[in-house]
Amino acid sequence: MIRFDNVSKRYPGGREALQAVNFHLPAGAMAFLTGHSGAGKSTLLKLIALLERTSRGQLFLDGENLSRTRKRKIPFVRRKIGVIFQDHRLLFDRTVFDNVALPLVIAGYRHQDTRRRVRAALDKVGLLDKERALPVTLSGGEQQRVGIARAVVNKPPVLLADEPTGNLDPDLSREIMVLFEQFNSVGVTILIASHDLDLISRLHHPRLVLHAGRLVNGDILDS
Amino acid sequence: MKPANPLRTWLTRHAQVSLSSLGRLYRAPLASFMTAAVIGIALALPAGLYLLTTNLQQLSDRWDSNADFSLFLQQDLGISQAQALAGRLSDWPEIDTLQLITPDAALAEFRAHSGFGGTLDSLDKNPLPAVLAIKPADRYSDADSAAALLERLQALPEVELAQLDLQWVKRFNAMVDIVRRSIWIMAALLGLAVLLIVGNTIRLEIQNRRSEIEITKLIGATNAFIRRPFLYAGFWYGLLGAILALLLIQLTFLQLHGPVHQLAELYQSDFRLQALTGNEALALLLAGILLGLLGALLAVGRHLAAIEPT
Repeated sequence: MIRFDNVSKRYPGGREALQAVNFHLPAGAMAFLTGHSGAGKSTLLKLIALLERTSRGQLFLDGENLSRTRKRKIPFVRRKIGVIFQDHRLLFDRTVFDNVALPLVIAGYRHQDTRRRVRAALDKVGLLDKERALPVTLSGGEQQRVGIARAVVNKPPVLLADEPTGNLDPDLSREIMVLFEQFNSVGVTILIASHDLDLISRLHHPRLVLHAGRLVNGDILDS
Repeated sequence: MKPANPLRTWLTRHAQVSLSSLGRLYRAPLASFMTAAVIGIALALPAGLYLLTTNLQQLSDRWDSNADFSLFLQQDLGISQAQALAGRLSDWPEIDTLQLITPDAALAEFRAHSGFGGTLDSLDKNPLPAVLAIKPADRYSDADSAAALLERLQALPEVELAQLDLQWVKRFNAMVDIVRRSIWIMAALLGLAVLLIVGNTIRLEIQNRRSEIEITKLIGATNAFIRRPFLYAGFWYGLLGAILALLLIQLTFLQLHGPVHQLAELYQSDFRLQALTGNEALALLLAGILLGLLGALLAVGRHLAAIEPT
């Protein structure tokens, strides 16, 4: 589903954020991406969501070569990916319902379908009773779950999460991870960047370890 | 589940976006009203002046058709001869009515109205000639027949000078023309002002909603999707501004209608101030909408592309 083929990313100014990264995450897999701060975790996720473009090498998502995607086509690539951020990135002047509905509104779903799907997604993350609330009235864990509901509401084949448990206590973190495992069990490919080694070690999923822009153990996923 | 059919989706989406843009203006009523008011005033000025010139034009058109001839008769012509001439001329088909003003009557009128009464007393003889004031028949009041009639009247031996009182109407029309041209220039400048006002308002709006734009781009919104609410905002600003302009013009019209009618009656005229016609009002609305959209388009084109999520 996600394949990195000798991918390098050099930022303007010369900093090499990623160097010759190779790995393949098959459809339906779930993996963690770990490494120190600045090791290139965020850059790697940004390349997949086309927030940054590769400098060298080729990157495939669902068979499409993202290194060649035209600017005009970028939105349609992003609709295949649900992205979850550490800082949630919610719209604070809209209700929980409207936040979660946004990807469906963008894709042009009918009103009834939108309602049904938003309800289902909120139900999944346990926030059905908060659909009329504004995000500021929610706790950090709840906001994160709104972000997750928004990421999965249009049923994308791929979920990317950047430090999804970064600000949460261990119990809440575990709940979030259980959610991810549930999505994974219905076939969603998931890549989670995290430095919460404690949590990761308790879950049995493959790990991609980045060190100074290089993948230390990329081969473990090559099958 | 697939998204619904494209046309329906497109229509629903536009309806939703246009309403939500309007709702956004409604939620900041004071700011929206002030922007619309500035646009309204900028549109009302040239439109109001345009209305003024159409009214002036209408006024001068009446004068055009009412152009009178003045025949200044030979100084040494006696009253009876003058009356005989008047009798002959009244049979001409070109002439509707005519009035003989004798030298004595002319002198009395001049004494009464000119304020030079004392000066006249020092003259030993009435210097004024007899005058025939002629109103041509309607069929002969166009410029060509009037000129032909003037020639015939001038050829009469009793006539010292035949004069068509059109010169000042021409001057008046020339002035109206100048005013009209200045209005076009002014309209162009104020149109540009509307463009800049809308552009600037939308630019601020884009800045305020920067993070929202970033987030929607992040989850797969196309540029068209992001552009749409801002274009609709421009549309609404333009429409609301134009409606305000129409209201301003209508209010001014109502304020002036009575007094102008009164003034016209004092001149025994049935002149009535004309309001904007339906088509002109429609044109004003369209102009407002067009300027609003164009201003938004300029702002969106310049500022939206610069916002990319990170």
